[in-house]
Amino acid sequence: MEPNWQLARKRPTLEKRARIVQAIRAFFIERDFLEIETPQRIPTNAPELHIDAVPSGDWFLQTSPELAMKRLLAAGYGNIFQISHCWRQGERGKQHLPEYSMLEWYRPEADYQYLMTDCENLLARLLPELTLTYQGQDIDLTPPWPRLCVQDAFKQYATCSVEESLATGRFDEQISLEIEPNLPKDRPTILFEYPACQASLARLSKDSTVAERFELYLGGMELANAFSELTDHAEQEQRFTSEEAERRASGKQPYPPAIPFITELANMPPAAGIALGIDRLIMLLCDTEQIDHVVPFPPEQL
Amino acid sequence: MYSCSDLKKGLKLLIDGDPHVIVQFDFSKPGKGQALYRCKLRNMITGALFDRTYRSGESFAPASLDERDMQYLYQDETGYVFMDQKTYEQVVLSEETIGDDKYFLTDNMEVDILMYGDIGIGITLPNFVNLRVTQSDPWVKGDTAAGNNKPATVETGLTLQVPSFVEEGILIQIDTRTGEYATRVKE
Repeated sequence: MEPNWQLARKRPTLEKRARIVQAIRAFFIERDFLEIETPQRIPTNAPELHIDAVPSGDWFLQTSPELAMKRLLAAGYGNIFQISHCWRQGERGKQHLPEYSMLEWYRPEADYQYLMTDCENLLARLLPELTLTYQGQDIDLTPPWPRLCVQDAFKQYATCSVEESLATGRFDEQISLEIEPNLPKDRPTILFEYPACQASLARLSKDSTVAERFELYLGGMELANAFSELTDHAEQEQRFTSEEAERRASGKQPYPPAIPFITELANMPPAAGIALGIDRLIMLLCDTEQIDHVVPFPPEQL
Repeated sequence: MYSCSDLKKGLKLLIDGDPHVIVQFDFSKPGKGQALYRCKLRNMITGALFDRTYRSGESFAPASLDERDMQYLYQDETGYVFMDQKTYEQVVLSEETIGDDKYFLTDNMEVDILMYGDIGIGITLPNFVNLRVTQSDPWVKGDTAAGNNKPATVETGLTLQVPSFVEEGILIQIDTRTGEYATRVKE
């Protein structure tokens, strides 16, 4: 029996992966963020219509560490970050693993604009030369990165307006198929201000028309999702109830209510939070278009 | 019935009454949004290629096709010629139908041929085939790290990455689903 060569040949990539993760930790520690580890097996997740948790006994594997991290914020912790595994049922493709690594960080007393700057600074730390070649395309990472609001993105690239797209239930599809492939390839793009209905945990803008949410696109991939967090617990409870009702109506597995989270949210200071896919970041830095190449064992190899 | 999570390259579906095969497959999903299953499909009868995007919740009928054990004989101007092992009947598949599977075919190889009536419309290869390396640069002495690789060409013309210890003339096993090197074959 010869050694597992497919696994052995990943070594240079996995060595680079380790260095990147260490640099990410150093970046946050230098900025006085506290590294946190919250349980990955939990009694409930935030209900989201299009994200399905993997059951684990009577509980679930986390789809995100969001609820636990916000409880820490509500208890007075300052800047916090976590690197953890998340599980999402049925998500498998060139850019998707059903178990993947997520970097999540929160800044109390900040809004999502701060997080845009954090992203620029984090990439500058990982790539001090401020340029990246991915799949033959040079990408200029010099800050500030271009910001494009969803409304304008639809005007520029989609076949209809945001309003029409929401009315026909094709919002996600048009983001993926019409907007995402046409974003500038030589720069990152921060797509911001999502329709109010497209962010169940985000705060609305002052005039309540849009959610303070952004997505970071880099190298044709969705790399991070960020919010100015909703801290109104009554509003949050109401949104969870309606999202959970939608889940049940479409035959999805029901989640129990997130009672401690909702209760403690009353004490949470205004804050901004963001989740970034570490595997995808490593794909970019290792110049590979297959997420399988940046982890030792994709599920099919186990 | 298949659901969206069954979709993958090579799956055969019945669409509008005709058998189709998925020749390219891509899962995409905006983090918070609905999953999209993007397929390039080939109509197995007309050969027509087209793109279609499915959303979670949709279901598909499998294309139930006869499969017959056949042996690959040779290639000529009509295409690739196979023979039924029991009836000695011969079936020709076009270059287009065979596509990249041609890189895994060797004389007398036994394969399953998909039949639509009397017409051969597809091929199911074994998961692994053994092919001989016809060209590969010699191993560089001192290059002992496990995981080092180099390009090699095999008898069918396929070029792939192999471990550095693979030499010209040896037989290797290749995974036909990925086109990747699996192991050396002891002779």
